[in-house]
Amino acid sequence: MESAIKAINLTKRYGNFTAVDHINFEVYYGEIFGFLGPNGAGKTTTIKMLTTVTRPSEGTAVVNGYDVIKQPAKVRESIGVVPQEYTADEDLTGWENLMLIAALYGIPKSEARERAVELLDMVELSYAADRKVETYSGGMRRRLEIAMGLINRPAILFLDEPTLGLDAQTRAAIWEYVYRLRRQFGTTIFMTTHYLEEADQYAERIAIIDHGKILAIGTPKELKEKVGGDVITIEVNGDVNVARKVIEGIDGVSGVTVVGNTIRFKVRNGNTAAPVILESLNKLSIRATSITIKEPTMDEVFLEYTGRRLRDEESSGEEFMRFRRTISRARR
Amino acid sequence: MESRLHPLHGLWSLTNRELAKWYKVPVILIISLIQPIVWLAFFGKSMNFASMFTSGLNIPGLNVPKQIIDEIASEVLKANFGTTDYFSFLAVGMLSFITLFTSLQSGMSIVWDRRLGVLSKLLTTPVPRGNIVMAKVLNSMIRSLVQASIVLVIAILLGMKLNPSLTPLDVVGAYAALALMSMGFASLFVTLALRSTSWESQMAIMNLLNMPLMFASNSFYPVKSMPWWLKPIAYINPLTYVNDINRQLLLGVAGHSLLLDFTYLLIFAIIFSALGITLSWRFLSES
Repeated sequence: MESAIKAINLTKRYGNFTAVDHINFEVYYGEIFGFLGPNGAGKTTTIKMLTTVTRPSEGTAVVNGYDVIKQPAKVRESIGVVPQEYTADEDLTGWENLMLIAALYGIPKSEARERAVELLDMVELSYAADRKVETYSGGMRRRLEIAMGLINRPAILFLDEPTLGLDAQTRAAIWEYVYRLRRQFGTTIFMTTHYLEEADQYAERIAIIDHGKILAIGTPKELKEKVGGDVITIEVNGDVNVARKVIEGIDGVSGVTVVGNTIRFKVRNGNTAAPVILESLNKLSIRATSITIKEPTMDEVFLEYTGRRLRDEESSGEEFMRFRRTISRARR
Repeated sequence: MESRLHPLHGLWSLTNRELAKWYKVPVILIISLIQPIVWLAFFGKSMNFASMFTSGLNIPGLNVPKQIIDEIASEVLKANFGTTDYFSFLAVGMLSFITLFTSLQSGMSIVWDRRLGVLSKLLTTPVPRGNIVMAKVLNSMIRSLVQASIVLVIAILLGMKLNPSLTPLDVVGAYAALALMSMGFASLFVTLALRSTSWESQMAIMNLLNMPLMFASNSFYPVKSMPWWLKPIAYINPLTYVNDINRQLLLGVAGHSLLLDFTYLLIFAIIFSALGITLSWRFLSES
């Protein structure tokens, strides 16, 4: 399959700080590709390079068959971008903003009107179309941004934290539209997110990025399998320490932890391992009062590769601010 | 796909975006007109050279007939201003004044576009970078001409005397001169603001340059009354050329060669707009 996006040693330095460090990856046509990482990992910088807003310091990328450095105009015609920040003109209405962006893509007026009506309906902003954007709430602005990014029906759509700060209902509506877009026009979608469930549920392949480097690429399923299979939690009635020894002795078990009467461990295939374990425990007259088998979540995958939980990262804005300061210093 | 987009595509849409902000808020238009009107109504009406010479001039012991004083006064005024009517002389200066001030502001809007994120959106669209810059310039030219027209009407109401043999072509020429000056200055200031994220520094540049540019020109007084060190500056200053053209065309007074004046303004406009377009490709994007 030909690739919609191909990054080749893509690198961005701000002074001494390397925001993106020789990354290589491919995104196939028609795919939903997730870029997952904590703040400051280099997600937004990567999107800026792929969308020709920022010039790479080293390496390049090919987007829709065009080189981002040599053919930026061609790249821009192929893509739609929903940046993280608000970009709509506050002094204009939502409708005027959409029509302006449509004109910049060279979309004929009549067609632009049709699409704008449809998009405003999709993001549930029809009622506010003739209001100035400065009167919009945060959620409304983000929805307008998404409509603006879709007005040119791009071959490749870049979404930088598209659903940030939106309620679950709007998030679902937006994903529904993204799927519809792909079904109708075969749009390739490249998105960054820190909603792990969202990446897990909607992305077909995921790249995990941290400190400007890609740590892993694969389907959510592959990534989870690499982490080491399923997580089994058993609550026992009997000697926990004996039970622990039994479980540790079984082939393929790792990461055993005990809390009270509950034993938690990882095993490659939970469904076949569970009966074996229960049988072994029964032989020693240890009864299991409950057992749960869980596939690993993206949260665990993330922890495995980056050594930290994404949620902890999000709660501390400190690192993000430090990153911003580094960038602004480097630019001076 | 190849030839779908016109090289000028988006230019008018972007210009219209700027204009919409302006005509939707008439208050800003009115505020920006206050300064030139105050100059005209307060300063222009009070700084009445003609009456200074003629009213109540009575030197003891000398009995000079009033008619001779009047004649001397009008000759002095004509020699300096080209006309006996200082108010009309000043009114032409105010046309370039409003054009200059409007054009200097064009740098501000690109700084705001950058700060508010609008620019980063524009940069992801296939609109040519040069058109982002030229839309600001075009907007500034249109605004300047509309505002200059209002100032002109008010000046006429306040007593500005146009050349009795004024032709439509003279008016077109006057507007062309103002438009060329606006194009040059707006390009210059947009270019200066290409990399800037600080509107404070843009304000500072504006405030630093507007008064010197006004006073180092023939807007308020003729170049020949300037000290020797100011004259060369006045002869570089495009305002001097615009005023020279407009006083000839609108007031019918004598001046320098119109051809040379227009050539100078044309070169000024072309150089700076070309500079703006060229640099926009390099500097509009983030580093």
